[in-house]
Amino acid sequence: MQEWLDERLSISALSDIARKKEVPVHRYSIWYYFGGMTLFLFVVQVVTGILLLLYYRPSAENAFESVQFIITEVQFGWLIRSIHSWSANLMIATLFIHLFSVFFLRAYRRPREMTWVSGVVLLFIVICFGFSGYLLPWNKLAFFATKVGTEIAGVIPIVGRPVLRFLRGGDDVTGATLTRFFGFHVAVLPATATVFLAVHVLLVQLHGMSVPPSLKAENVRKMKFIPNFLLRDLIGWILAIGVLAALAALFPWELGEKADAFAPAPAGIKPEWYFLFMFQTLKYLPAKILGMDGEVLGIMAFNVVALLLFIVPFVDRGQENRRRTLIFNIIGVLALLYILVMTIIGYVT
Amino acid sequence: MNNTLRDRTTRSVEPSGLESRRRFLDYLLGTSAVATLGAIVYPIIRFMSPPKIIESTENSVVAAKVNEVPVNSGKIFKFGSKPGIVVRTDSGELKAFSAVCTHLDCIVQYQPETKQIWCACHNGQYNLNGKNVGGPPPRPLEEFKVNTRGDEIVVTKA
Repeated sequence: MQEWLDERLSISALSDIARKKEVPVHRYSIWYYFGGMTLFLFVVQVVTGILLLLYYRPSAENAFESVQFIITEVQFGWLIRSIHSWSANLMIATLFIHLFSVFFLRAYRRPREMTWVSGVVLLFIVICFGFSGYLLPWNKLAFFATKVGTEIAGVIPIVGRPVLRFLRGGDDVTGATLTRFFGFHVAVLPATATVFLAVHVLLVQLHGMSVPPSLKAENVRKMKFIPNFLLRDLIGWILAIGVLAALAALFPWELGEKADAFAPAPAGIKPEWYFLFMFQTLKYLPAKILGMDGEVLGIMAFNVVALLLFIVPFVDRGQENRRRTLIFNIIGVLALLYILVMTIIGYVT
Repeated sequence: MNNTLRDRTTRSVEPSGLESRRRFLDYLLGTSAVATLGAIVYPIIRFMSPPKIIESTENSVVAAKVNEVPVNSGKIFKFGSKPGIVVRTDSGELKAFSAVCTHLDCIVQYQPETKQIWCACHNGQYNLNGKNVGGPPPRPLEEFKVNTRGDEIVVTKA
């Protein structure tokens, strides 16, 4: 039987590769786990997302009521919905940790530039997942978050207006927007994410785990991926399931009030935590900076930073250079501090 | 050796016409491929861009009953597909504006404590003439004309 399968599917070749795979062991090894953890939480999203699809109805008239039905009537509906929301947030958290750890450990350097680029694409896909999924319960907070978010796209010069109309399915946030976001969330983004995820994971397999340049690669001890590293990964995943279940049970995700296109924005409205630093920045920007609308300038600045993220490995290349390493570390620390401080201010004010 | 063979073959088939015929076929094939792709992509792009919905042309609307807007309060009303806000100031004067914040499209509200129109999204503030006086909004709110007709407040686009 095994021979029959092997002849057709080359299983032994694949298992040989898996058996040969090794993971370096050093004082930064802990950071290797966050990629796998993000992937695991993504799988949780796919499974719980498919389950929610059994009951969710994507229209302005039915969306809120269908989520209400899920969390009040469907058996374990509250659990599945809460896990979907919590896991989404944890996934973004682990993704940020993964991003910053790869940045500080210089794991994007030659020949791993494309692994970094595919990872940055995945980061933006995940943010789009978060943004599109947030609207689906069709509650007040989501309605205004989407109004602001799409308007932000709309202020970009030249392309902004057509992009805004494309995203909203018209000039305003309406049921048409909800239907579109649903389509993005359950079809377009999963398909795109699968492609980039496959490329990203394949590249990681091709190049192996990166050893930070500060350590001498030849002196680093190695452990087998199967079973040593995989079992450690598993422990992490089991812990993650525990944390998710606890969060979902102790802090069930709220549904809020149904969206109303003719009600004022509720006081204390805030976006999801991963948008807070941008939200807080937009609050601080004055109406006019150098004759330009403050928010246009702020939004353009965020776009430029997003683009800079892509070119990191192409700027930091060549021989290891102390001065450049220091500059990159300072930029990384400042970015991290900015995000942390603005998020905390946004949270407490 | 190979080159000589090809030269000989080429010459024997069509001494000068083959190259230009091949180029012509390539061109034909290339343009058809582009045209086919265009014929597929164009309708897709047009399909994705939502059709323009003709905005309601109503120029005036009953915003509320007079007794629904007491002194130092505001009320959101529907002006076609957009929200408007009608405010009665301390002196009893009625004012009406577009309720769409000029910053990032949120819906504003009247704050009796500060006697200002306020946007909760990014803390934008407007005075009772609709002028942006604090926070990030870059422009004033569009102002409407207000009249009372019996017990109804009628708002008209200026």
